[in-house]
Amino acid sequence: MYGVQSQRDYVLRTVEERGIRFVQLWFTDVLGTPKAFNITPAELENALDEGMTFDGSAIDGFSRVQEADVLARPDLKTFQLLPWHGEGESVARVFCDIFNLDGTAFEGCPRHALRRTLDRAREAGYNFFASPEVEYFYFADADPRHPPEVLDTGSYFDLTVADRSSDLRRRTVLMLEEMGIPVEHSQHEDAPSQHEIDLRYTDALTMADTVMTVRLVVKEMAQQKGAYASFMPKPLAGVQGSGMHTHLSLWQGERNAFVDPDDPYGLSTVAHQFIAGLIRHAPEITAVTNQWVNSYKRLVSGYEAPIHISWARNNRSALVRVPVVKHAKVDSTRLEYRAPDSACNPYLAFAVILAAGLRGIEERYELPPEADANLFALSPHELAAKGIGTLPSSLNDAVDQMERSKLLADTLGEHVFEWFIRNKRAEWTEYKSEVTQFELDRYLPTL
Amino acid sequence: MEPLLCFPDPLPAALTVALREAGHTLCAVARPEMVDAAEQASTKDGWGGAVVSTVEDPSEAMALCRHVRRREVPVAPLLLVVAPHQIGDLALRDELFDDLCVLATGAGEIAARLEHLLWRAGQGLRPDIIEYGPLALNLETYQAAVAGRVLDLTYMEYELLRFLAAHPGKVFTRETLLSRVWGYEYYGGARTVDVHVRRLRAKLGEEHAHLIQTVRSVGYRFGQVGWLPAST
Repeated sequence: MYGVQSQRDYVLRTVEERGIRFVQLWFTDVLGTPKAFNITPAELENALDEGMTFDGSAIDGFSRVQEADVLARPDLKTFQLLPWHGEGESVARVFCDIFNLDGTAFEGCPRHALRRTLDRAREAGYNFFASPEVEYFYFADADPRHPPEVLDTGSYFDLTVADRSSDLRRRTVLMLEEMGIPVEHSQHEDAPSQHEIDLRYTDALTMADTVMTVRLVVKEMAQQKGAYASFMPKPLAGVQGSGMHTHLSLWQGERNAFVDPDDPYGLSTVAHQFIAGLIRHAPEITAVTNQWVNSYKRLVSGYEAPIHISWARNNRSALVRVPVVKHAKVDSTRLEYRAPDSACNPYLAFAVILAAGLRGIEERYELPPEADANLFALSPHELAAKGIGTLPSSLNDAVDQMERSKLLADTLGEHVFEWFIRNKRAEWTEYKSEVTQFELDRYLPTL
Repeated sequence: MEPLLCFPDPLPAALTVALREAGHTLCAVARPEMVDAAEQASTKDGWGGAVVSTVEDPSEAMALCRHVRRREVPVAPLLLVVAPHQIGDLALRDELFDDLCVLATGAGEIAARLEHLLWRAGQGLRPDIIEYGPLALNLETYQAAVAGRVLDLTYMEYELLRFLAAHPGKVFTRETLLSRVWGYEYYGGARTVDVHVRRLRAKLGEEHAHLIQTVRSVGYRFGQVGWLPAST
């Protein structure tokens, strides 16, 4: 097909014309950690034609009993120069899909898992778009032996003079724009040294790639200025954690499938069912959208993070929020899923979110009533009376919910599903056997 | 260079040889309705022009001319090759071709006439460069620059910019752009076009972002309305 051939020519010619010294082949392990190997232009042609073989056993979630070697094949559409390397040492990157040596898709590759779910959506006639708000902190360094040291004491919408962390964010946003990653909005968040970058929507596969790129650029820009950027969900007790609220929409061609002007909420039946799917399956998908022990320190009462499984229009304590759109802008109708944190694997997170919503559409789930009150103010008894459940309260709890979910096993595939549960159980076991500072402070003086 | 659309299939042998020797890629079709499929299969940027012989089957040949001249992007230049007795049939059909020659003419002259037509249309065998205001695209090296600054584009961004810049002043719907530029399955559907336009504008920079204009409730246009190449 001419498409593939001319993509290949484009990449090879660009490498030659721009004097690119290294091409980084990027991929992601099951936990969303970026991985790469560098190849020289001389090796590139072969990598494009045949892929690069490597030993998968060293990669989290790639290990298998029978065969360790896997093949990374560049997805040429994602070829892009990395502008921060500057003149004279041009570097480009390209995302890879992972295959078995026999050419079949490798079950452990997160990109494949998302692709499979997107294919299912497309069979039903939908394109899935995502637009995340990525929150993170700037700290002086990454040394775990002392508490994280913030770079400023600003907060929400502060206009500060020569604020070092805001300057880092601005440089980052300019770099992202230069790479063709449009930023809708960026701001200083509520907590000291906490920032948010809102990405303009794209199809979910491109967006998952983009989230990986954004995390890298944020860290890279910070490092260049001697600081450290962290996507840890809750690095500081007592202030907001870092979420990745994600705006979602389904499209049928040029039509937003969530829109119905005649509905009191402006939402179509499809949107109702999608929300209902998220609400029903939220406990099962939380292990993926919030995959670390630390994620559950963010999902606690008293902050902006959701804990109650509910939906609402203008209630920021809800798990699914329906932003109110202006009449002339019905095309921007969307849902906001507020549970994910910035340290999730975006491929798997988007896959399970979409799968939950699609299940709602397929099974024609009924939309529960809108949550009208501030849910944090209600007693457990009142919540129960309204039929409002809560998200898992710990990683252990979340993995229990996941393990019982056929939806998750189907969406992630057996390989990722089983490995993920095993890995997270191990993380929990290690955590549980730790004696924390909290316990020492509280118990040692008195017990 | 884009291929030349030829009719009928096969084209007379002497003509085929002469056009090939002049460096053209030929793609012959047997019937008008085969043009679009042939285009999908063999060219990404449409046809470089057309050579249509009416000698063998005049009514099919004329039907083909009508078909390719009525499209959104008409095929041009179109050189008609006719038998001497057919000249009278061309009355009132001037819009269907750009020039004609009689079959008795040697194949070499037909090739030369075509060359002249292509040159007049600004599509001769020159280095493949598209220029518009501050933007320059080198189609051979796949590089794009705006005001002398080289742009770091992904493949699809480059292809979209190239397609738009090759048809300045013309408005395209999202669906048209999707089918002409992407042409294969893609996860985004028509909204993907918006995403890529936004990315391209970001890379062009604020100063040049207006090169790609949004045409409300229709689609996108590159450059100004009514812009014509300086060579015409």
